[in-house]
Amino acid sequence: MIEVKGLVKLYGSKRAVDGVTFTVKRGEILGFLGPNGAGKSTTMKMITGFLQPTAGTAVVDGHDVTQDPVAVKRRIGYLPESAPAYGEMTVEEFLSFIAETRGFRSPEARTTQVNRAIGLTHLDPVRRQTIETLSKGYKQRVGFAQALLHDPPVLVLDEPTDGLDPNQKNEVRALIKNMATEKAVILSTHILEEVEAICTRVIIISQGRVVVDETPAKFQARQPGARLDAIFRSLTQSDV
Amino acid sequence: MSQITPLFKREFLGYFRSPVGYVFLAVFLMASVILAFFVGGFFRSNTASLETLFNFYPWLFLFLIPAAGMRLWSEEKRTGTIELLFTLPVTTLQAVLGKYLAAWAFLALAIVLSFPMAITVAYLGDPDWGVLIAGYVGSILMAGSYLGVCSLTSAVTKNQVISFVISLLACLILLFLGLSVFNNALSSVMPTWAVDLLANFSFSTHFAAFTKGIIDPKDVIYFLSLSGFTLFLNVVVLER
Repeated sequence: MIEVKGLVKLYGSKRAVDGVTFTVKRGEILGFLGPNGAGKSTTMKMITGFLQPTAGTAVVDGHDVTQDPVAVKRRIGYLPESAPAYGEMTVEEFLSFIAETRGFRSPEARTTQVNRAIGLTHLDPVRRQTIETLSKGYKQRVGFAQALLHDPPVLVLDEPTDGLDPNQKNEVRALIKNMATEKAVILSTHILEEVEAICTRVIIISQGRVVVDETPAKFQARQPGARLDAIFRSLTQSDV
Repeated sequence: MSQITPLFKREFLGYFRSPVGYVFLAVFLMASVILAFFVGGFFRSNTASLETLFNFYPWLFLFLIPAAGMRLWSEEKRTGTIELLFTLPVTTLQAVLGKYLAAWAFLALAIVLSFPMAITVAYLGDPDWGVLIAGYVGSILMAGSYLGVCSLTSAVTKNQVISFVISLLACLILLFLGLSVFNNALSSVMPTWAVDLLANFSFSTHFAAFTKGIIDPKDVIYFLSLSGFTLFLNVVVLER
């Protein structure tokens, strides 16, 4: 579903992403881990077509992002870090705008999609509020609703549980897990337990390179009995 | 083309979702009326025309259009919504056109809302409607060119103040190139043909004919090509 082939991103002379390669199949939930500044977000931005890679490419559902970015964008639901949204719009207006650009042209089709996304993310109590007045948890869910709206085959989620309380975190995890059977999901996170809870595979990225690509069980087996963050620290120490 | 519609709608309605639009319209109309009546001598001119209004437009636009245009892209960059916008299935050109056309339509609305002045003139005298309409056409075309410059400068920075100041400066140069005071000063250091060439790039040179009721194709082409060129640069800057 997602094939990432030797992605490189240079910022000046700094190699933010340095030859990242991996694939994600349908039904997989890939946990993307790494210290801040390791290149997680940059990699995701290149997969979604927001940033041009310096070298390499990503192929999503058969479409090359450097050749046909619009086709790739149609197939991806993307939640950017900190869930940006047009604050002066109400939740309903905002999701309706997203639905329209996602190709749901008739008002009925739009309403159906918007209601579905609002139902999935439990936004009903705030649907007529402007986004700028919402709490962080609600804002995050608006971003999540926006990513799910067109029921995309591929989900790219940059820290989807950031800013949520423990109950909401569990809810979002359950939602991702339920949907993942027919989707390919990439999610980045700082919470190692999250990887254990929902991911079928884990990739650790450090200084722009993939240092680990295996199942969570194998990852734990590297140091049996140790806490995940201890293993994580020993693998990414060079970044600190 | 169809992808431009939702972007246009969101941007245009966005002016009325916050006080920005109303404040802009109020200030624009108040300033134009004050300039026309008190500075321009609307009644003293003793002619049934809006020349006293239109003559101030190049100066009014100089301050107000950068104020309207500065947020176009810098706001998207500052709030991070640009990441959302460019991971929707739209091309950079569609996004640039959608936003530009919406802002232009908003400015056209501001200009057209001065129609009570035209009615006043028609009540007091017998104006030449052809001249009035030519004045409005010219004003709207010139507003488009100012806006093109402002849209471009706002794509360069995420700081709205910097965006405003650069727009103002760029528009000031384009306006001054046509003023005789400025040209006389220039002709002491430059050959006449060079001064004439520079004067040809000025807003004021091309706007003057419209206020006299002449819609000259070369003036129309000047404004449209200036807008087109700045929008082309706008796309280049955003794709960089």
